[in-house]
Amino acid sequence: MAARYIVGIDLGTTNSALARCDAADAEEESRIEVRSIPQLVNPSEVAEPTLLPSFLYIPGEFDFPKGSLALPWEPEPKLVIGELARKRGAESPNRLVASAKSWLSYAAVNRTAPILPWQAPEEVPKLSPVEASSQFLKYLRTVWDSGEVRGQRGLALAEQDVLLTVPASFDEEARELTRRAAEQAGFPHVTLLEEPLAAFYAWLASEGDTWRRRIKVGDLVLVCDVGGGTTDFSLIMVSEENGELTLKRVAVGDHILLGGDNMDLALARVLQQRLEASGNRVDTWQLHSLWHQCRNAKEKLFESPKTQNRPITLLGKGTKLVGGTIKTELTREDLDQVLVEGFFPKIASGELPARQRRVGFQELGLPYAADPAITKHLARFLSEQVRNSPEAAAIRRGSSGLACPTHILFNGGVMKAALLRNRVVGVMNSWLRQEGFGALGEEQILEARDLEHAVARGAVYYGKARRGRGVRIRSGASRTYYLGIESAMPAVPGMEAPLKALCVVPFGMEEGTETAIPDREFGLVVGEPAEFRFLSSSVRKQDQVGSLLEDWGADLEELSPLEVTLKLDGQQGTVVPVRLESRVTELGTLEIWCVSRDGSHRWNLELNIREKTGR
Amino acid sequence: MNGFWKRVAFAFRSFFSILFHADIPEDIAQKGVKATVPFPQVSAAKEPSGLRLKEDARPGSEAAGRAVQILALLQRDGRLVDFLAEDISVYSDGQLGAAVRTIHETCRQVLDHYVKLEPILNSEENQPVTVQAGFDPAAIKLIGNVAGEPPVRGMLRHKGWRVKEVNLPPLPQAAGRMVVAPAEVELS
Repeated sequence: MAARYIVGIDLGTTNSALARCDAADAEEESRIEVRSIPQLVNPSEVAEPTLLPSFLYIPGEFDFPKGSLALPWEPEPKLVIGELARKRGAESPNRLVASAKSWLSYAAVNRTAPILPWQAPEEVPKLSPVEASSQFLKYLRTVWDSGEVRGQRGLALAEQDVLLTVPASFDEEARELTRRAAEQAGFPHVTLLEEPLAAFYAWLASEGDTWRRRIKVGDLVLVCDVGGGTTDFSLIMVSEENGELTLKRVAVGDHILLGGDNMDLALARVLQQRLEASGNRVDTWQLHSLWHQCRNAKEKLFESPKTQNRPITLLGKGTKLVGGTIKTELTREDLDQVLVEGFFPKIASGELPARQRRVGFQELGLPYAADPAITKHLARFLSEQVRNSPEAAAIRRGSSGLACPTHILFNGGVMKAALLRNRVVGVMNSWLRQEGFGALGEEQILEARDLEHAVARGAVYYGKARRGRGVRIRSGASRTYYLGIESAMPAVPGMEAPLKALCVVPFGMEEGTETAIPDREFGLVVGEPAEFRFLSSSVRKQDQVGSLLEDWGADLEELSPLEVTLKLDGQQGTVVPVRLESRVTELGTLEIWCVSRDGSHRWNLELNIREKTGR
Repeated sequence: MNGFWKRVAFAFRSFFSILFHADIPEDIAQKGVKATVPFPQVSAAKEPSGLRLKEDARPGSEAAGRAVQILALLQRDGRLVDFLAEDISVYSDGQLGAAVRTIHETCRQVLDHYVKLEPILNSEENQPVTVQAGFDPAAIKLIGNVAGEPPVRGMLRHKGWRVKEVNLPPLPQAAGRMVVAPAEVELS
């Protein structure tokens, strides 16, 4: 039965959202609506905001009064998800799982083992990052299924056309884990869509047909997405095919763990130091209140450019409310120095971010970006990432090789502040002028509306576009993927045989296409598991299928290995020669197949996701 | 006063009390006070009938629970009870002001969310208004030269307040209904 709804789910690091539209609606403009998500906001209190904070709290015996966690569909839930989880987690962090999505892309830990909450005491039952993500999806599914569609056939969320967004910088492992989380949550098929693309689709949806007047052939759109926990960059090129304007995603940045939360915390720390310097003690609970108030004061200062400062009052803890009150203020100068200069400094396009430290990951937890300057990460993206793109000739570049966008689309909660957007545009313009291009004016800044739900709405638009009712951006594989082939050299004791990398999936390989890897055959033994080393590169973008690399420096990263066990009745132990084929499905999944020489049998290589050690 | 030994006892007690506690013993102080003219003794105030706990206002009942719940919400989100319970006489206006601004904002949000208020007479204060016949004396109070039959004209001195909407969450179980704010114990 065809799905009744197209549903877009934005599983964000800090907040998640869900949007939908009627699949049967023939218009290109059919209404995309954002759904409200009932959740506990206080014990015994359910509200229905449109965002679900991506926080999960594992209640112990004493956390909440009996019966105060009841939801309309579940009288005694074992986990608390949403606003109440976030609130309670601030008071009692041992049982809080936050930023599960960032853990999903962190290869140095075992992402399928129960490790969250990170470093929590023994008695707290733990979840893996995959399970935590699947709990959020399961929650959305339960909310949907027990809402107005309850009981009606064919309307359960798992039966709809579901699109789930992931950061463009997620590699195949992180995407595979996201798929597994969806499967565990009861979704048999989800399509993955990259978030910057979803943001662009949301812009297309709000522009309607007039988008063709805003951008033309040869234009290059930079999508700059700075959310609560992550920063993601993408470039979309506008070209022409058969007389029609087409859009193609030509570059993807690295996954940078840097976002609004870092900024708020930086402000709070500065104020905390100032208070302690003048003799006040700020304990952890008050720091939290300071963090929260800084965020509010920051937003107020952004909203009214004439205001010079906002008072911040930390009420005394306990019943000595007034007696313990500490007063301070957030000034515009603080905002400028800490946020604007600290996170968006004016720099030359050649300045690169500080190198990521690789020491002591286990103690630090997530690998937050070493350099908080987002403009430096942007500079690096525009120069290094794009340098090797297959479309290199077509992308507008300056004399130094820097990619020069013609438009910018902002996304993410942080970019709601006009001051920060203007700063990014200002820095970009200084680079453009240096490279010999004109500055970007207001026309070139694509206005996104409703930044908090844009990604979810954009995902729905893409779902419609797939069915022919809207414009599609061609994207394809976001990285180049390789198999590791050990070269046939005599074994030297104590030395690893040198590895060569065989390109099996070129950057940009489109969804719905497949290709055979020529000139190579492997002999695999039936019934015995065979392992292939698997590598990816976000920098090399021009390698073709079948090309073999010998020296790649730091350009390639090794992922978990691919495994396959050939199954052939009655031929246990025989060697079967196979060729390789790679495929990118319509759902955005990467598949690598072993095909027997005569083409009669095929076996799928599976990603055996493991923890990386010794890095 | 009384017998010799009693006096000696008082003298010694007072001496040591002043030496170690900087004050004379309570009972002696009470006895000694004669200076003020006693106020006309108001007979021990008869408890207004409303104070006597009626059936439905016993601790743990629905009515008591709702009353406590309003306080609990104002305390949880606005810390109003902490503020009212504190002795503020020792603080300067400036110190008080900062805290009050915060409490004001948060308590307003509580009212907005849970108990929406609206004015009874929605006109500008200190401007003339007309009160129609058949008005509810509980909702509109006439003051000043109160004479004649409605409709009457006068100056609006106070808009009045009425609750438009009550959106209270469900009450906790009977045992927890008298809790305004739980005690907090921090573990390290």
